[in-house]
This record gives sequence, structure tokens and C-alpha cells, in this order.
Amino acid sequence: MQLTRRNVLGLTAGAAAFAVAGARVTPAFASAEATEKSIMEFTGGATAGEGKITLTAPEIAENGNTVPVSVNVDSAMEGDDLVESIIIFADGNPSPAVATFHFTEMSGEALATTRMRLAKTQNVIAVAKMKDGSFFMDKKQVKVTIGGCGG
Amino acid sequence: MASKPRIKVPKSASAGEVITIKTLISHEMESGQRKDGDGNPIPRQIINKFTCTFEGQTVFECDLDPAISANPYFEFNAKVPASGTFKFTWLDDDGTVYEAEAPIEVK
Repeated sequence: MQLTRRNVLGLTAGAAAFAVAGARVTPAFASAEATEKSIMEFTGGATAGEGKITLTAPEIAENGNTVPVSVNVDSAMEGDDLVESIIIFADGNPSPAVATFHFTEMSGEALATTRMRLAKTQNVIAVAKMKDGSFFMDKKQVKVTIGGCGG
Repeated sequence: MASKPRIKVPKSASAGEVITIKTLISHEMESGQRKDGDGNPIPRQIINKFTCTFEGQTVFECDLDPAISANPYFEFNAKVPASGTFKFTWLDDDGTVYEAEAPIEVK
């Protein structure tokens, strides 16, 4: 394409329209990078270790509208060995965040179950934040037959 | 609009026991991703926060995102130090607060 006056004007208008649309409408699907970024925001840049946390989700979900998900962290729930929060992400959903659980000593055990929507086959990721500042992560791939977001 | 929440809490426990609580509230959890018949996006309206307290002390909280299924269900644990009442609150995007209570007796 030649850089004529008409082309330049057209491009500028297009870019402006795109910027406006981008500000209002979230991208159709969150990419793995967006999830990675959200995890980094949660951990403050710290690397999450493996183990300690267990994420339970079905290998195959026939209906993406209600997919059971459980998280469990092996912890005494006292002193420094306390799970402060667990965040769940789905890296193929329109926005990756699913839920954040907050625990206290009164929780007795760092265990929570809920049901989530999955738009398509994707990774579900759980990251736990411990009181001593360490992080633990677990990941499961869930195959989805019927998507759960939108019509 | 949500209907009366359903809660399952044991009636009694021994002191210091860790019990399991199950809750479910009927709510559409409109994700904001769907479109109506004319192709216009339906605005998001979800329950965005769930809290469980025992005699004023926070037991469990959850921040919900639109990816939580309709009729949000939660199952979690709680330590029971003494007889008392569990209080549950759900906060809707439109500012409505849904509340429920469940007593427990320590034997």
C-alpha cells in the first residue's frame, strides 16, 4: 500500500475507532499471557512453587456452564502456616479470573468448592498465598464439550 | 434477583471441631458476555462477594467473578469454638444484600 494522504487518514480513523472499542469491550478471549499477567499481579512477581495445593476439576466437562472445582491446601491454618487466599483462573475464558477465596484461622482447613463456567477446553489454575509470603500453584486441563460463556 | 439462600450447617459439633458448610443461592449471574436477541450485550449482574462470619469473626470470604456459575454454590470448612451463630451474606452488583443465619450448638 502506498502511503498517500487518503490512506493515512483512513488508517488514523481506523486506529482511533479501534482504541475506543478496545477501551469499552474486553477482548473476546483471555490469552494465556493475560492469565500469566494476572498471576504475577497476585503473587507480586514471586514464582509460585509446586505441591501443597491441590486443584480438583473434572478431566472432561460435558457442560461448561457448571463445572465443579475444588481447591485444598495442606496447611495447619495457624501461625505462619496459614493460607490467606486462593485465586482461581481459567485461561481460555473471556476474562481469566474466576474467584478468590479468603481464609482465616476460623476456617479450620483451607478447602473450598464452587462451580464455574468454562467457555472452551482450557487450563484451570489455582494459586495459593501463604501468610509467610510464599505461593503455591496447581494446574489442570479441563476438556469442555459445550461452552459456558455467552449464548 | 435472587431467591432465599439454602444453607447446610450441622446442628451440633464438639468444641474445636472443623465442620463443613454448604451454601447455594439462586441467582442468574448474568456474566456480561451474553447478547440479547438484537445482538446488544446484556449488562453484567452478578453476586460479587460472599462472606461467612461466626459471632462477628470472619470465617470465609469469596470474591466472585462472572465465571462463577449461575446459582453460586460454596462448600467450605469452619472451626467451631463454642455455641453460636453463623451469618452469611451475599452482595449483588446492584447493591442488594442477601442474608442468612444458622445456629450451631457445642455439646
